[in-house]
Amino acid sequence: MKDTPLSNCERDFLLRAIEEKKRLDGRQTYDYRRIKITFGTDYGCCFVDLGKTRVMAQVSCELVAPKENRPNEGIMFFNIELSPMASPAFEQGRQSELSVKLNRQLERCLRNSKCIDTESLCVVSGKTVWQIRVDIHMLNNDGNLMDASSIAAITALCHFRRPDVGIQGEEVTVYSPEERDPIPLSIYHMPISVSFSFFQQGTYLLVDPCEREERVMDGLLMIAMNKHREICSIQSSGGIMLLKEQVMRCSKIASVKVSEITELISKALLNDKAARKAGGRCGFAESMPQERITALKTEETPMEMKDVTERANDIIQKAEAPPPAVSSPVVPVPGVGQVGQQNTWGLEEEDEEDEEEDGEEQKETVAKMEEDQHEMEDRGAGDVVEISDSEEEEVVILHPEIPGKAENTGSGSHQQGAATSQKRQKK
Amino acid sequence: MLPSCFLCVTLILIRVRNINGADLSVTRTCRMFSSLKQRVEDVLLPGDEFSLETDDTISLTEAVKPEKAVCGPGLRRSGDRLVVCKSGVLRHKPPNVFWIDSQQRRYVPAKGETVIGIVTAKSGDVFKVDVGGSEQASLSYLAFEGATKRNRPNVQVGDLVFAQFIIANKDMEPELACIDSSGRANGMGVFGAGGLLFRVSLGLVRRLLSPHNEVRSDLETLFPCELVVGMNGRLWVRSSSIQQTLIIANLLQSCETMTAQQRKELFRRVQQGAL
Repeated sequence: MKDTPLSNCERDFLLRAIEEKKRLDGRQTYDYRRIKITFGTDYGCCFVDLGKTRVMAQVSCELVAPKENRPNEGIMFFNIELSPMASPAFEQGRQSELSVKLNRQLERCLRNSKCIDTESLCVVSGKTVWQIRVDIHMLNNDGNLMDASSIAAITALCHFRRPDVGIQGEEVTVYSPEERDPIPLSIYHMPISVSFSFFQQGTYLLVDPCEREERVMDGLLMIAMNKHREICSIQSSGGIMLLKEQVMRCSKIASVKVSEITELISKALLNDKAARKAGGRCGFAESMPQERITALKTEETPMEMKDVTERANDIIQKAEAPPPAVSSPVVPVPGVGQVGQQNTWGLEEEDEEDEEEDGEEQKETVAKMEEDQHEMEDRGAGDVVEISDSEEEEVVILHPEIPGKAENTGSGSHQQGAATSQKRQKK
Repeated sequence: MLPSCFLCVTLILIRVRNINGADLSVTRTCRMFSSLKQRVEDVLLPGDEFSLETDDTISLTEAVKPEKAVCGPGLRRSGDRLVVCKSGVLRHKPPNVFWIDSQQRRYVPAKGETVIGIVTAKSGDVFKVDVGGSEQASLSYLAFEGATKRNRPNVQVGDLVFAQFIIANKDMEPELACIDSSGRANGMGVFGAGGLLFRVSLGLVRRLLSPHNEVRSDLETLFPCELVVGMNGRLWVRSSSIQQTLIIANLLQSCETMTAQQRKELFRRVQQGAL
């Protein structure tokens, strides 16, 4: 599916706003959006929110044979996937230009900078080494995927623990996490990329472009640095010509940003460590109510409801009446008698069940109040004309008088209704 | 403003038909009407039903008046029951109109609705316009006020147009027009220089278009601005300065998730110049 095209008025407005040093969301020129880092249950699973851009990184490891020209070193493998969840412009399966570009940039940033000690990943020289695989999934694209991916990747690598191995001559035993504590990877430094977008042939510069700004930019400069002010990678795309002073200025800005972000990452890792020590399954349990799995999160909105609490109490009170045990005979339909338990021989049960299920659904509806996200107001006037439905005839269904049976089936199908509603909830 | 599914009622006289998934059905029943009326302003979920409950006795002396209920989007007829097919709040407009007020961001074209489209291509006599639906709509160059074969409208690729749907169903390519049935533009046409286009949800757009709504009256207390509301969830705003335009755009986007109280508070702060 194609992405919505950019209209001329949006482009003009954005460029004019940038000339006046105004951004769409009110940030300053060098401001980053709010960064939020959260971890999943497993070691090595990390979610990064950069404003509305959302990225997930997962690190895993496997024992493999090493490369022939490097028998003592472990293998690092990076993979960025542009999921169609992130944007309608991303197609599943196809390797688009953007995906190739992001993969290459991340590899240069992390692999060539040697931020991870690959020799410590060697188990048996020439035979078995660890292969560390970093998978990054884009969950929502609101611009600046590269920065979000690099933060997610390095945080996940810092968070990851690999299983401990024991070597007896040529035999290798991998210990499970229950037997021996898993070991963190040895990471020398944390390279983080900072993106600068240029407009009007390099006259104006913005840090951390959002999606609209990315669409109107002329070119992009990506600088990957660590907090020791070492540049790990510089890449310029878009074909703009930059002056030396501009690049120097960008690198100074990048060093400031990188130190802030590195602080943020260390704090997040510390918090997670403390939480794990204290509570055990902190990552997953925390993610449940916040619905972290979803890509786009909207805030709750209150609903206008009439008499909800009274109705809810009403229903709860009615529902709590236990079904009485019937001992006396009951005449459901003239000519049929029944003593004892409810039988299910198809005597007009569906209608009564429907009525009772309505009551159950109301309870469910009331319970789901806080998950609803509507705030509605009354509509105004409109032209409405009735149509004459000439194909329909008036249909009247006659039910015989069944007072006693209604009371009995009420309690029986109440339980049935509860069972079906539970089934529905499980689904 | 009600979606056009209701307006369609004037043109289609007889058959019950699916129009954009909204079933127009006229059901004659006394009790269903009252059971519907009881549930007005309730939150309903897909699967909730209104069944044809009839009286235990039918009086033979007085005339049985069949009451017709016109059902709009979100309500669907299956057999002798009325089934809810979208989650939302049940609304009622007297005398007999019921519909479900639901919220979504994805737009489905419906006939008669006015939308903001972006022109993506010019091919021959027709412009291709993106309206946010599954397909691009076509807009004939003759469907502008005062346009003839010699006098073509001045529309470029990337321009914004405010148009209404003349054909919009699931079987055909949607078509737009910038004139109404009498040949006048009536506010439609090309526009957009100098303003900002942004997306909101469909619920907010319908709220903004309803006759006496609070959001618009609150907005009027701020700066003077021009606002074009497309029912496909697109808003265009222009004010005297870029800063003011940005403020209004951000305020409208945040109105989706605020209560009336919070909104009034925020607008008051903006008015005092805090932001």
